[in-house]
Amino acid sequence: MIKAFEVFDTMRTANAGRLKEAREQGKKFVGTYCTFCPEELIIAAGAAPFGLCGTKEDPIASAEQVLPRNLCPLIKSSYGFAATGTCPYFQASDLIIGETTCDGKKKMFEVMNDLKPVHVMQLPHDPEAAASLDLWKSELNRLKDRLEEVFQTEITEDKLRAAMRLKNRETTAKRRVHDLNQRVPAVISGIQVLTVTWMSGFALNKEEIIEALEAYVDEALVKADEGLAFGDQNTPRILVTGVPVGLGSEKVLRLVEDNGGAVVGLENCTGYKTLRLMTDPDAADPMEALARKYLGIPCSCMSPNKGRMELLSDMITDFTVDGVIDLTWQACHTYNIESYTVAELVKQKHNLPFLQLETDYSQSDVQTLNVRIAAFMEMIQK
Amino acid sequence: MQMLTAGIDIGSLSTEAVLLSDHKIVSYSILATGADSRRAAEKALNEALGFAGAAPEDVRFTVSTGYGRTNVPFADLQVTEITCHARGALYTFPDTRTIIDIGGQDSKVIRLDEAGSVIDFAMNDKCAAGTGRFLEVMARALEVDVDELPELAVGASRAAAVSNVCTVFAESEIVSLIGQGVPRPEIALGILESVAERVVSMVKRVGLVPKVTMSGGVAKNKGVVQALERRLGMEIRVPDEPQIVGALGAALIAESRWRKATYL
Repeated sequence: MIKAFEVFDTMRTANAGRLKEAREQGKKFVGTYCTFCPEELIIAAGAAPFGLCGTKEDPIASAEQVLPRNLCPLIKSSYGFAATGTCPYFQASDLIIGETTCDGKKKMFEVMNDLKPVHVMQLPHDPEAAASLDLWKSELNRLKDRLEEVFQTEITEDKLRAAMRLKNRETTAKRRVHDLNQRVPAVISGIQVLTVTWMSGFALNKEEIIEALEAYVDEALVKADEGLAFGDQNTPRILVTGVPVGLGSEKVLRLVEDNGGAVVGLENCTGYKTLRLMTDPDAADPMEALARKYLGIPCSCMSPNKGRMELLSDMITDFTVDGVIDLTWQACHTYNIESYTVAELVKQKHNLPFLQLETDYSQSDVQTLNVRIAAFMEMIQK
Repeated sequence: MQMLTAGIDIGSLSTEAVLLSDHKIVSYSILATGADSRRAAEKALNEALGFAGAAPEDVRFTVSTGYGRTNVPFADLQVTEITCHARGALYTFPDTRTIIDIGGQDSKVIRLDEAGSVIDFAMNDKCAAGTGRFLEVMARALEVDVDELPELAVGASRAAAVSNVCTVFAESEIVSLIGQGVPRPEIALGILESVAERVVSMVKRVGLVPKVTMSGGVAKNKGVVQALERRLGMEIRVPDEPQIVGALGAALIAESRWRKATYL
């Protein structure tokens, strides 16, 4: 047991209680829905960002009064939390930022705008085109203007460079949590990695969370040397890739670990997808450095999306993976279609077992998922 | 005193038990699962024991499989139906590389490598299309027994178009086809083709490698088997009793486990 884990386990509820006080003290908050949101600009504007991406089933039924049923559960959950007023973090946000990642999200943001102003960034989808970089840079500048206007402040170059340093430190700290499980056997469960990193999104203060993440990893490393492990040498080591997962939508991770596997790697945007991307705080043009970093996120909304295949290949090797599960939320076309390319990579290049699962946030298909996952574990263990 | 191992497959519609001794089938039973899957498992085992003239204590190791596998208190081990169908199919046809299993509420396709290990599989989603249940519902709409569908389809000059996406929609489609006066043989053929089409897309997903073995209750339906053979362009082998393949595989796994444990 890692003592430093406790702070993460309770972070969402604990910090929800601190929100009011923090706001009274003049603290400003910005709600974000995606890793494409350049947090550095928010920090440089003196505000704190947190992730509002919906990962629970509870508000979905309410969301369906407005949004179609046959839509990605993440979008429905995100909207539902906002519309039902059940997310204190949405309530406390002074500004909401969205991006045109996928069709579902961009149209949902139009509807959400009636609840609270949403600043939507136009995300280009070809990560390598020169025109994409130009557009994205201008979108970053447009966000900068908006933040300066909303928070009546000036985002100076010095503030931006300091924010870039801070964000780099947070990225490194999060990556260290994931990298614990490069060890064989794994040090901690995939559920614990998810809890630590997902809960970090509810931090009100980056310095505070970096400190907590570092304390956690330092303690875990000591305990690992003393024999702390999740599973043993024979535990199937599973890499989960695909759509974002948070607490409330972690059913597939749980089923893998309940069936004797260990989720050693999470290649999704709530996991490792962004954790190799850093910026140079001393770059001549810090805004361009930021633009390049965020355009490099290998999300399935990018086309082509070669970066994801490179990242997957590296992770399969670095985390000594025995099998890959590609998770798709219902109606997420980009991840669903890209699964074909991922399957080819995993089966042909790496000669590893591959399983794609398409599901939503409900528990209605747990039995059918369980059969597939249990059979997948049997396949790996022979 | 006999030395037996048992495999029990608790499916959505039927439960099967197979008793094995020295790698040979001693007896088996097949009965309806009903609403109490735990009792069905007990009853199936007792029936098989009765056929074998054996007592419960003769059973050295029991493996349960199927959707009710976790609810069998006397099972020593639970194994998924994917692994069990693979073992069971290889017992009868050792050169099997692709297995098509169509059961009551799901259908699956399993790919094996040269060594007989499972290397890939696909299962139908939260939906009864392409399953035994689909056939049952459609046969009822045509007012025939499921077993009579192939016979009815003989002589159809063409197959009526029947959707393969949803059982409920397909049923109302059948009703409207009847209303339009489409000959019943054409509808019957359409139903069989619909199941085959659905399953073939699953086969293509995992890749078709000969030879193909079919298991599950629907393998007894010659109409579906022939429709599949036509679409796949190759022969499909069906064991004498395709319904017990899962339970047989479970009993075989039980035997290996018991041998390993006792160094026999």
